[in-house]
Amino acid sequence: MIETLIGIISAAMLLTGGAFAVIGGIGVVRFPDVYTRLHAGGVTDTIAPLLIVGGLVLQSGWHLLSFKLLLILLFLLFTTPTASHATARAAMAAGIKPVTKDGHRRSGAPSSNT
Amino acid sequence: MASVLLATILAIFTTMALALWRAIRGPSVFDTIVGVNVFGTKTVLLIALIAYFSGNNDLVDVALVYALINFLAVIAVLKLVRQRDLAASREHADD
Repeated sequence: MIETLIGIISAAMLLTGGAFAVIGGIGVVRFPDVYTRLHAGGVTDTIAPLLIVGGLVLQSGWHLLSFKLLLILLFLLFTTPTASHATARAAMAAGIKPVTKDGHRRSGAPSSNT
Repeated sequence: MASVLLATILAIFTTMALALWRAIRGPSVFDTIVGVNVFGTKTVLLIALIAYFSGNNDLVDVALVYALINFLAVIAVLKLVRQRDLAASREHADD
C-alpha cells in the first residue's frame, strides 16, 4: 500500500520534472534575448533537479544512494543560481542591452563599460 | 517504473538537444554559455537517471563529480570571456 503510494508520487515527480526540463529547453530556444533565455534556463534548471532527484530519492529510500543524490541536489541548488547570476552579470558588463517592451533592442551602440 | 524512468530520460534528451541547438546557434557568446550551462545540468540529471535505469549504482558518483566540474567550467569560461586571461588579477583586468 505505502510502496505503491510512494511509487506513484515518485513517478509523478519524475514526469513533472521532465516536463519542466522540456519547457525550459523550449524557452531557451525560442526566447529572444540572453536574459530571457537565462530566465527560462536558470529557473527550470532549479526546479527540474529538485523534482527528478526527489523522485529518485523516493524510489531508493534510506540508502547510501539517496545520500549521494541529495548531495548532488545540494550542489545543483547552490551552483545553478550562482552560474545564472554570473552569466547575467557578465552579459550586462559586456554591454548587451535587454529587449524592451516593444520587442526591439534599444537603439545605440552597446556601451563598452569603461 | 522503468517506463517512467525511460520517459524522463527521453525528456532530458530532448532538453539537451534544444540546449545544444541554442549553444551552437547562439548569436553572442553568452547564449552559448546559457546553452552549455543548461546542457551540463541536464547531463547530471541524465547520469543519475541512467544509474537507476540500468541498476549500475556507481554512476551516481560520476554525476556528483560532473555537477562540480560543470559549475567550475561555467565560471572559468565566464572569467575567460570577461578578462581574456584566466591568470589576470582583478585590479589589472577590471577595465
